[in-house]
Amino acid sequence: MSLDASRGTATAEVLPLATSAAEPTGWLRRGWRRMVRRPASVAGCIVVLIFVTTAIGAPWIATTDPLRTDWGKIRKAPTWANPFGTDDLGRDNLSRVVWGSRISMQAGVFSILLAMVIGVPIGLVAGYYRGALDQLIMRLTDAWLAFPFLILAIGLVTIMGPSLTNATLAIGLGATPTYIRLTRGLTLSTKEEDYVLAARALGAGDLRLMRRHVFPNIFSALLVQATVSIPTAIIAEAILSFLGLGVQPPAPSWGTMLNAAQQFLESAPWMAYWPGLAIFSLALSFNLAGDGLRDLLDPKDY
Amino acid sequence: MVEFLVRRAFISIVTLVVISLIVFTGVRMIPGDPARVMAGTEADEAGLDEIREKYGLKDPVPVQYLRWVGLALTGDLGESIRTRQSVAWTVAIKLPITMELAGFAILIAIAVAIPAGVLAAVRRNSVWDLLASGISLCGVSVPNFWLGIMLILLISVRLGWLPASGFVPFWEDPLGNLQRMIMPAFVLGTALAAVLMRQTRNSMIEVLSADYIRTARAKGLAGRAVVFRHAIRNGLIPVVTVLGLQMGALMGGAVVTEQIFVVPGFGRLVVEAVFTRDYPLVQGVVLITASAYVLVNLAVDVSYSFLNPRIRIRGAAGES
Repeated sequence: MSLDASRGTATAEVLPLATSAAEPTGWLRRGWRRMVRRPASVAGCIVVLIFVTTAIGAPWIATTDPLRTDWGKIRKAPTWANPFGTDDLGRDNLSRVVWGSRISMQAGVFSILLAMVIGVPIGLVAGYYRGALDQLIMRLTDAWLAFPFLILAIGLVTIMGPSLTNATLAIGLGATPTYIRLTRGLTLSTKEEDYVLAARALGAGDLRLMRRHVFPNIFSALLVQATVSIPTAIIAEAILSFLGLGVQPPAPSWGTMLNAAQQFLESAPWMAYWPGLAIFSLALSFNLAGDGLRDLLDPKDY
Repeated sequence: MVEFLVRRAFISIVTLVVISLIVFTGVRMIPGDPARVMAGTEADEAGLDEIREKYGLKDPVPVQYLRWVGLALTGDLGESIRTRQSVAWTVAIKLPITMELAGFAILIAIAVAIPAGVLAAVRRNSVWDLLASGISLCGVSVPNFWLGIMLILLISVRLGWLPASGFVPFWEDPLGNLQRMIMPAFVLGTALAAVLMRQTRNSMIEVLSADYIRTARAKGLAGRAVVFRHAIRNGLIPVVTVLGLQMGALMGGAVVTEQIFVVPGFGRLVVEAVFTRDYPLVQGVVLITASAYVLVNLAVDVSYSFLNPRIRIRGAAGES
C-alpha cells in the first residue's frame, strides 16, 4: 500500500495497528532507495529548495535595494560589487534576480493553488455523482480548455488591467480545467474501490466519502500534477510580464527584466543572461523533482 | 461510424456555443459603458445615445447575444475601434503570416521529435534514450522567449548569420523570407518538439510491447521492419492527438515569438489590441482562436477514426 493508506481510509481504519506500525519504516527505506536511484530528481529538489530559500530570504540575501537607480552605473558589465552587472537604470541585477524569485514563486504557487481550490472540488463532484451534472461540467470544461492559456490571459488582462494579481488569477483560471479533468478521472476509478464501498456500507455520507476516502487517495496524483504545473505557471508569469501584461515596472520580475534586456542585447547582454537562466533552472528543477515524486508515489511499483 | 461522427460533431457544437457565451459574457465584464468605450472620451450624451442605438445596446441581453452570434456566423465580428476596419479582415490579412510560422514550427518539431522519440523507445534506457529525454525535459523547461533572445544574441548579434527580426513576404523574396522565419520557427517549435518526443517515446514503448509485435518478431521479421512497418503506424496515433491538443499552446507561443522577432502576424496584432484597449478586436481574436482549436481537434478525431476502426467502434459504444 502507499502512504495514503495510512491516512485514515477504510483499510487503515479496519486493520489498524498491524499495517500502520510496520509501514513508515518500510516506506521510508523504499523511498530512500528510489531517491538514490534518481540523482537528477534529488538535484532538482535541492535547486527548488534553494530558490524557495532565496525567495523567502530575499531581504537578507540581496542587500542592495533592487529598485535603487544609479546614474553613474548604467549598464555596467559584471564586477565584484555587481556580480550580474547593472541594468539600463543602473540597478543591481543580482538583487533584482533575487527579488524576482519571490514574484515567480508567488505567481507559480498561488496560481496553481487557485486552480486546485476551484478545480478539485468541481472534479470530485462531477466524478462522484456522474449524470447530467457531470455532463454539464465536462462540456463547460471542454469549452474552457479551448481557450489557449495565453489568449485567455490576454482576454482577462484586457478586462481587468495588468498586474501581478491579475496575471496570477489568469494563469490559475487557465490551469483549472486540467485539475477538473484529472480529479474527475481519478474520482471515477477511486470511488469504485473496495475501501470506499466498505465505508459506504458502514453508512458514510457522500460528503464524508469524498472528503475522507476519495480525496486523500487521489491527493498524491494531484500533487504530482502540481509539481508539473508550477514550472509552466512560472514560465507563464514571465511571459505575461515580458509582454507587459503582468508585473509592472519597476518591480523586479524576471519577465520584465528580459523585456528591458531585449533592447540592449548588443551593449549589455548580461542583462538577458541571468533572469532567463533563473527561469530555466527553476522550471527544469521543478520538472525533475516532479518526475522523482511521480516515481516515489507511483503505487504500481509496490 | 456515422453515430460516432454525429456525436462528436454535436459535442463540438455545444462547446462552440459555450465558448461564444463565455466570450460574450467576458466582454460585458469590461468595466464602464460599452458605448463610451466605443465612442472614445470626447463623445457627448447625444453621441453616446446614437452609438447605443446603432449597436443595439438598448435591446435585452439575450437579443444582443443572438444578434452577435448571428453576425459572427456570417463572418461579421464588428470593427476595430482603432482602425475602423472590420475585425475579420484585420485578422484575415495577419493570419497567413502566423500560419507560415506555425507551419514551419510544426515541421521542425515533427522532424526532430518523431525520429528521436522512436529511437529512444527502440533503444530504451540507452545513452540515446537518456539524451533524448534530457533534451526533451530542457525543451519543456526553457522559456521560449528567452531562447529566442539568446538565439538573436548568438546568431544575429555575435555571428551575424541571420537577420534578427522583421518579415518579408515569401512571394517578394523567398530566401529573405526563409532567413527571417527559421529562427522564430525553431523557437516556436522547441516546446512542441519536446512534448511530441515524450509522447512518441511513450506510445512507441507501449506498442512495441504489444502481442502483435511479438508475433511479427517471432515469425522472423527483422527488427527494423517490425518498427517501421508495424509499430510506427499505431504508435503515432496518440502523437497526432497530442499535436491537435498542442494547437492552443502553439497559438500562445506564436504571440510571444512574433513579439521577439517582430513578425507582423496575428500574435503582434493581439498584443497591440490589448494595449490600445481595442475590445472588438480582442473579442474577435479570442473567439476565432478558441473556435479554431475546437475545429482542429474535431478534424483530428474524425480523421483518425477513419484510420483506426477500434476508435470508431468504441466511440459509438458511447464512452465519454
